Amino acid sequence: MTRKQRRLYFVVLGLLALGAAVGLVLNALGDDMVYFYTPSQLQAKHVPPGRRVRIGGLVEQGSVMKAGSTVTFRITDNTAVLPTTYTGILPDLFREGQGVVAEGKIGTDGVLHASEILAKHDEKYMPKEVADALKKSGQWQGGKK
Amino acid sequence: MDAIRSFLAMGGYGAYIWPCYLLATVVMVGLLVVSVRTARRREGELDRLQQLRRDRPGRRRRTAIAEGSNP
Amino acid sequence: MHRFANPARFLRLANVALPWLAALAVLSLAAGLYLALFDSPPDYQQGDTVRIMYIHVPSAWMGMFCYTAMAAFSAMALIWKHPLADLLARATAPIGAAFTLICLVTGSLWGKPMWGTWWAWDARLTSMLILFFLYLGYMALANAFDDPGRGARASAILALVGFVNVPVIKWSVDWWNTLHQPASVIKMGGPAIDKSMLIPLLLMALGFQAYYFVVLILRARAEIAAAKIGTIRMAQVHAAGQGD
Repeated sequence: MTRKQRRLYFVVLGLLALGAAVGLVLNALGDDMVYFYTPSQLQAKHVPPGRRVRIGGLVEQGSVMKAGSTVTFRITDNTAVLPTTYTGILPDLFREGQGVVAEGKIGTDGVLHASEILAKHDEKYMPKEVADALKKSGQWQGGKK
Repeated sequence: MDAIRSFLAMGGYGAYIWPCYLLATVVMVGLLVVSVRTARRREGELDRLQQLRRDRPGRRRRTAIAEGSNP
Repeated sequence: MHRFANPARFLRLANVALPWLAALAVLSLAAGLYLALFDSPPDYQQGDTVRIMYIHVPSAWMGMFCYTAMAAFSAMALIWKHPLADLLARATAPIGAAFTLICLVTGSLWGKPMWGTWWAWDARLTSMLILFFLYLGYMALANAFDDPGRGARASAILALVGFVNVPVIKWSVDWWNTLHQPASVIKMGGPAIDKSMLIPLLLMALGFQAYYFVVLILRARAEIAAAKIGTIRMAQVHAAGQGD
């Protein structure tokens, strides 16, 4: 084996070992790497009331109710639903049927009292006319404007 | 005039959109200018050094000493 | 492969390619900017902020591309000891750092109005920030040693070790729940982005790519000249030392 070949094997083996190590670490971290839990993950976890959590999902269609600057809505992942209340300014992308991440504490009433609301954007980009046309033809049910 | 104003307003998001384009321009043009200048300066210096060696082969040692003491 | 490792041959080829690459960069950036700012529609959800994407996404791609190139050059430098490979890795680092910085700042400027926050510590944003610090660390390490050979070795190893971050960035949005949206263009089943927005995006990406090669060639030329100057000076010092 020439020295070049030896160096090549050394680099390749080193990278493989490193990749495996990082993969194992990331896998072990698992839950800590996620930015938010979904409502069904929250149910499965039995988080005690008063702990800060970040919950992500879709804003359930027809669930948004505004009273002054306080808004209540339900976060859904199509399996479980979490009622949420929030007072403050909402981000521009906050809409029914769109993704949302809410951070706050779960009260004893089972309602998430959010102190921060972030809107989540999906991967679709299109002009308004295309979105309207797609909806009209029934090919796609997107978030309402 | 209104057309320009509405273009600059970018549907109310001008304050977010224009800084993006400005930053990208400043960073990319800046890096380009620095890279061109560095390349010119170093290649000019290299030319000078090579010229020096070619022009005065007999006095090479002395130039070398003068240059070497003051890099 | 080895034929291009010769710096003289590289310089000849690079100087032929340079004006073409520069023209390609100028033309595609001009066309891309025109479409991005004047002749593309607002998004049905994001409105005009979609125009930030035409800068943000190509610079994110370039940030990852430059790191991949840097790691590949570093591997060649470590294994085959090509002096040119080390030099190209060093020339790539500041370009990658610049693109990553643009990506981070424009992402933040988009996030504030759309998400409602400048920053979130989700997996995508955090791994991109780590990429930026890897570039900074690489540049610091490459220039930290008096002996350029030792700096090159240490920084090449850092570039290779840091490369594990690149796949993490790419798939972070699929592996974990993130605030950041999943991939729109490079994904299974084709892009989820309308043609009127995809074309300016790809033009900008082409322009950024050509810009990378232009700046890479310029920086490589500066590095080659610096190496030659160093050799001449060394020879002079050596000659002077023998004279004493």
